[in-house]
Amino acid sequence: MYEIIFYFFAFVTVASAAVVVFSRNIIYSAFALLFTFFGVAGLYVLLNADFLAITQLMVYVGGILVLLLFGVMLTTNTVSVDIKSGSLNVFPAVTVVAAIVGLLTGVFWTSEWFMSSTMGELTSQTTSKEIGNALITTHVLPFEIASVILLVAIVGAAMMARRERVK
Amino acid sequence: METLQTILREPIITTVLLALIPLVFLLIYALVTLYGEMKMAAHIQNRLAYMENGWHGTLQPIADMLKLLQKEDIIPTAADKFLFILAPYLVFMGTYASFAVVPFSSVFIGSNIDLGIFYLVAASSLVVVGLLMSGWASNNKWSLFGALRSAAQIVSYEIPGVLAILGVVMVLGTMNMQTMTQLQDGGIHNWLILGGNFPLGQKLALLPFMFLLFVIYLLSSMAEVNRTPFDLPEAESELVQGYNTEYSGMKFAIFYLAEYANLFLVSAVVVVMFFGGWTSPFGEFMSGPVWGSFWFVLKGMFFVFLNIWLRWTLPRLRVDQLMYVSWKVLTPFALFCIIAIGYIMVM
Repeated sequence: MYEIIFYFFAFVTVASAAVVVFSRNIIYSAFALLFTFFGVAGLYVLLNADFLAITQLMVYVGGILVLLLFGVMLTTNTVSVDIKSGSLNVFPAVTVVAAIVGLLTGVFWTSEWFMSSTMGELTSQTTSKEIGNALITTHVLPFEIASVILLVAIVGAAMMARRERVK
Repeated sequence: METLQTILREPIITTVLLALIPLVFLLIYALVTLYGEMKMAAHIQNRLAYMENGWHGTLQPIADMLKLLQKEDIIPTAADKFLFILAPYLVFMGTYASFAVVPFSSVFIGSNIDLGIFYLVAASSLVVVGLLMSGWASNNKWSLFGALRSAAQIVSYEIPGVLAILGVVMVLGTMNMQTMTQLQDGGIHNWLILGGNFPLGQKLALLPFMFLLFVIYLLSSMAEVNRTPFDLPEAESELVQGYNTEYSGMKFAIFYLAEYANLFLVSAVVVVMFFGGWTSPFGEFMSGPVWGSFWFVLKGMFFVFLNIWLRWTLPRLRVDQLMYVSWKVLTPFALFCIIAIGYIMVM
């Protein structure tokens, strides 16, 4: 049962990610991203990271994806898509991708994998309490810095959106 | 759940069957509300509405449904066919997924997860993507701008709505919707709208803020489900409707069903947060799992009724007024409530 669900989510994630990359139509790429985020959230749930899964949906689907769609819809023609998804800057792209692939494979081979006792079955234990405690005690400084950065971003956005006053 | 499990043996079949219960409820509820809304609208406007089919037109919703099933399924030639078909289902999926955490009674809840209400907010964000998809796929500029307008409206009103939920979560100390309900058990005086199950001083201090949060959530939830006074997608004469202009037949019906489902969903959230969910208003009297679902549906339907009542009483807001209410009125008040509740709960 666990395997079936895992492979389902893995398939959704990989297939939709492939659509995001290979689609010629940028709006399809943007909508396929929805299923990628959904699949990743499902994988988080299978790892018993419930808070992370829901935050993933909340932030990426509810926030970033909507913003992205707004951007795509308002900047391209509604009928035909201007933005070509052709290939340019091949050499730097290949270099960066090769470096990332190398790094990830290195991490994959060197890390010690272990199967925890709860692996393979879903527990109803929640992680939100521990995450909340950790955020407000051991990691309070990064938490506060992140909140200040977000506040600055909001103030900046409001500033830019404001109409210039005619003197 | 256990009894069903023993009868059916297969866990998958049991899960699927349990997952279908809210759908059955929703379909019946949609028929009743469809009829109720038309009748109430008519009586508020001093006319009669359906009178022909059945007693006072009670068979009319069934006739309407049959008509919808027979309608030709039109897809505009220039539309993006795949996304056009997918969009209504995505909208309904987002709404229906949220019903997983709604506690219909003390024994029936789809998934009793600890992050219930947080999940509900996250799942309903799927609706926004579905709306944008429908607007874009229609390949019609009115639909596209309607979709952008609706999305902007829903995203903006999510902020005061979520802040109101946060205030309630701070008071009750849990995000689990079943636990939230249980904390308000024991009669009408323990409901959060009347200060909750706290010592008298704290209760009196909480009371005004709870009322304020209730009003904030009610208003923002009405905007989130596109109901009057925030129903811009319904404004066909001045704004050429909205994201659903090009839809007809069954696909339009699915949008409509999603809207009604959403209406019950936000009413259910109001009931769970402020009006004690499935708990009986008389304490022990008339309580129990079956009575619980009765109270839950009754309270939920009351807020659905309130929504319909307001729909036929208030005029529609303009887009800029809509944004003004969200950002400059509801959000500051919600933040103020959260700060005040923080002080009260610490004291």
